[in-house]
Amino acid sequence: MTLATGAVPLTNPTGLHARPAVKLTKLAKTFAGTVEIALAAEGPWIDARSVVRVMALKAPRGAVLHIRAADPAAVAALAGLAARDFDDGAG
Amino acid sequence: MSGRQADNVGIVIVSHSAEVARGAAEMVRQMVGPEVRLAWCGGAPGGGLGTSVAAIGAAIDRAWSDAGVAVLFDLGGAGTNSEMAIEMLPDERRARVAICAAPVVEGAIIAAVEASGGAPLAAVRAAAEAWQG
Repeated sequence: MTLATGAVPLTNPTGLHARPAVKLTKLAKTFAGTVEIALAAEGPWIDARSVVRVMALKAPRGAVLHIRAADPAAVAALAGLAARDFDDGAG
Repeated sequence: MSGRQADNVGIVIVSHSAEVARGAAEMVRQMVGPEVRLAWCGGAPGGGLGTSVAAIGAAIDRAWSDAGVAVLFDLGGAGTNSEMAIEMLPDERRARVAICAAPVVEGAIIAAVEASGGAPLAAVRAAAEAWQG
């Protein structure tokens, strides 16, 4: 199955740390099918629904967050959240 | 995601310190949101540091969900007292309470994230126990 893909730079001050990771995970859980993120287009890809794995990624500010999902709306939603600095400037 | 608290696993935070327990619960509420039932207890019945079997049992009641309850605690006696509180529950509830071997603050947050997505009790516990800072 072909997955929809997207990429967005992390511009919030702390990158994908605790609170942003929780928000991203909760959002990913609202979509059915594969939802994965990576720090490079070639992977390694991790399950965006796993808050443990998302936090362990320790993606810093300035990293590019790659997103792929069965549902294109999931890619748009996760990219949108990151583009909005996770709706929260503080980490 | 299940938006109804009653559908999701509840979370109980047990610490020797009421302030630690309350603070951990505040972090869960602020970081994860309102989708899970959450209760905390901490401090000895007469004041000071400690935990109480009765207070832990009451916290399990407050956080109760038919999906079950995940219990996080800090040190030594908090674990022993949590096990005793669970032993004293009615049979039909005892099997639906899981002790999570995880740091109390981080474990509670991870468990609540999993619970907020409607994950079953075993998955909630597994996620909390998988946490490695």
